[in-house]
Amino acid sequence: MTHFQLTAAPVDLAAQRAALRDPRSGGFCAFEGWVRDENEGRAVSGLEYEAYAPLAISEGERILDEAMQRYGVTAASAVHRVGDLKVGDLAVWIGVSAPHRDEAFRACRYIIDEIKQRLPIWKKEHYLDGDTAWVACTHIGHAHAGHSHAHEPAAR
Amino acid sequence: MRVNLQYFAQLREQAGIGDEVVDTSAATPRELYAELRARHGFSLSADSLKVAVNERFGDWQQALVDGDTVVFVPPVAGG
Repeated sequence: MTHFQLTAAPVDLAAQRAALRDPRSGGFCAFEGWVRDENEGRAVSGLEYEAYAPLAISEGERILDEAMQRYGVTAASAVHRVGDLKVGDLAVWIGVSAPHRDEAFRACRYIIDEIKQRLPIWKKEHYLDGDTAWVACTHIGHAHAGHSHAHEPAAR
Repeated sequence: MRVNLQYFAQLREQAGIGDEVVDTSAATPRELYAELRARHGFSLSADSLKVAVNERFGDWQQALVDGDTVVFVPPVAGG
């Protein structure tokens, strides 16, 4: 079972987790990404996510399928927020259930790394001083194929 | 040839629009981006972008076809 969603509404964590329950699974691992109050030394008040939805969803499903095959997990899902978020809000949720913990941890890590590298989702940070900037995680690549990874402000 | 364009993030802001239909003689996404960059003053060079054609990641040198929907993908920052 794989399922990738974009949503403009807060994520129902209990429902996300419940959907991954499976008699074959003895371990469950989740990752949550939250909006932090600073980036690169600048105080952040909030941010907005923008997505090219059809491609973000199909590529998100592809990443989940890859994680299932690569680590042999039972079920994996992910949900990413779009729109305006404030400090502390959940931006992304990833959950994996698997027969054993090791593959659950590893698949979860794979999914978040690939999401950051590959999904057509953009983040505009709003700073306390009133300025804003589009932030680039990286150029699109594959985190687990030896692609270098850097956090730099995008050219504006 | 007519192609549909959708703009996101910096490209949307710099174009001042989210989408448009253009008549173009550009044969490839690379030629199309050069044409649009000149018109809209995009700051990002093609080297920093990916291209998607009809909701799939594509190639800068692939042949464009009448009615294609093209999205130039700025550096991403999900997660």
